[in-house]
Amino acid sequence: MSVTRDQIVQWLENLAAVLSENKEYLTQLDSAIGDADHGINMTRGFNKVMEKLPGVADKDIGNILKTTGMTLISSVGGASGPLYGTFFMRSGMAVGAKETLNREDLYELLKAGVDGIVQRGRPVLADKTMYDAWAPALEALRSALDAGMETLPALSQAVAAAETGMKNTIPLQARKGRASYLGERSIGHQDPGATSSYLMLKSLLDTLQPA
Amino acid sequence: MKKLINAVDDVVREQLEGMASAHSDLLKVHFDPNYVYRADAPVAGKVAIISGGGSGHEPMHGGFVGMGMLHAACPGEVFTSPTPDQMYEAAKAVDSGAGVLFIVKNYTGDVLNFETAAELAFADGIRVQNILIDDDVAVKDSLYTAGRRGVGTTVLVEKIVGAAAEAGYSLDACADLCRRVNQYGRSMGMALTSCTVPAAGKPTFELGDAEMEIGIGIHGEPGQKRMPMSTADEIAEMMALEILDDPAYSRTVREWDNDAGSWVDKFLVDEPFQAGDQVIAFVNSMGGTPVSELYAIYRKLAQVCADKGVTIVRNLIGPYITSLEMQGCSITLLKADAEILKLWDAPVNTPGLRWGI
Ligand SMILES: Nc1ncnc2c1ncn2[C@@H]1O[C@H](COP(=O)(O)OP(=O)(O)O)[C@@H](O)[C@H]1O
Ligand SMILES: [Mg+2]
Repeated sequence: MSVTRDQIVQWLENLAAVLSENKEYLTQLDSAIGDADHGINMTRGFNKVMEKLPGVADKDIGNILKTTGMTLISSVGGASGPLYGTFFMRSGMAVGAKETLNREDLYELLKAGVDGIVQRGRPVLADKTMYDAWAPALEALRSALDAGMETLPALSQAVAAAETGMKNTIPLQARKGRASYLGERSIGHQDPGATSSYLMLKSLLDTLQPA
Repeated sequence: MKKLINAVDDVVREQLEGMASAHSDLLKVHFDPNYVYRADAPVAGKVAIISGGGSGHEPMHGGFVGMGMLHAACPGEVFTSPTPDQMYEAAKAVDSGAGVLFIVKNYTGDVLNFETAAELAFADGIRVQNILIDDDVAVKDSLYTAGRRGVGTTVLVEKIVGAAAEAGYSLDACADLCRRVNQYGRSMGMALTSCTVPAAGKPTFELGDAEMEIGIGIHGEPGQKRMPMSTADEIAEMMALEILDDPAYSRTVREWDNDAGSWVDKFLVDEPFQAGDQVIAFVNSMGGTPVSELYAIYRKLAQVCADKGVTIVRNLIGPYITSLEMQGCSITLLKADAEILKLWDAPVNTPGLRWGI
């Protein structure tokens, strides 16, 4: 199957709703090992994206994603603002003027976004950040596609890997971001950014999956 | 939650509106994007000093905008870093052509947002320097953490580098001074109570009546360790010794290179304090602790410094870098040479600091 522009717009809308439903949850995760604002930051950013989206919903996918990225950069703040902002800017540049995406395009979209996160924040695996959800997800997606899987089953493997990656942050001691200041006290808590990243990928799958 | 606010979403905007109307002789406020800037900016021929960070630390940074200190300050939401468009627009508004120095507290959010802003400003033809403040000795290593946080030294740096800009230092000279002053400063903070971010509605962490949190940052993030409550003397001594006995600290920072148009890594080592050092001592309230208690802390701090052969030559006591209504304090010691003292004593005219005028 190929992913249409309308589905990308639908994904962003669903994601905004999911983040707003999880606002308290994400903020509570951030209060354990951070400064209790992650859900607030993400909701503020995606509310702004919702205001901007109607103006670009008939443009190409690259344009829609880049607008999302710029909007997040200028409204989220915190560490996650420039990181997710860069994610969407880069994913937008990667798909360019396309109006539909095949499964390889979808992989390229996500890969470019994650590369953007790595360039900006320089996380490595097991630093207890959002990258711990993205890295295994991308890897799972790559091997599923290489094994010849279709978009939906491949993406659901990626979501499962992101979920495992997210849960695997619990026993880790943070080495990046605010949580790193807690030293061993960061152990035993799930990373808020890894959680929002999982929700991002999950809502992409839920959007593409026929109900 | 019991606070003097109207609506949670309007807290930052209304605070800025209040500042603008209270201090119209010194500063102006631009909205969307939000930044506070000197009423007489851009100041011809002078390097522009810009800082910023989450709100909730008042008077820092907006209260330090004015002659002899900051040219602009970019406030984020409460305890949330500002966004790059704020720093970028502020830079355009206050740059006189002599360049812009960003003073950035070392928090991942602040760092990433300021780095993005520096790239935008540079692309627009503005010469820019981006210097980190990382003085919190509660953070021991830089290898397994995001490095020391920027705390009390920030206030002293803004005063000193602001005076240098006023005196006509070049952009590179301001940056070198800023880096050096940061390397001379060390801080340690503690909390007696938590604080409540208006948008969160409940305290960031719970702290029992008989407990205190040592090694706290300035965002209500939990500190390094929790201890039974003790006396002012014991607390002051413990914090002072953490600072005075802190060994050399090293880390790699990222700075902007205007010639290469890219980021460069710099390896920096802060030398420990020594007997014979002259220092500026700064005892700060986290917001909820009265000045009377700060003097009790200062009293013991002065004794500990004297015992170590360190001479306090200037001091600053009061709430300058706060965490909303948190009770607690921080101590900053800054090694001061003749140049730094001269710049410290230079006139300053801002809502938060004012002397010599
Ligand atoms: N250097 C980094 N690289 C990648 N992700 C990071 C980095 N630093 C922090 N993060 C992510 O950002 C999340 C925190 O986001 P948020 O609470 O919005 O910002 P802040 O920490 O500035 O308050 C963390 O849970 C982590 O996943
Ligand atoms: Mg946070």
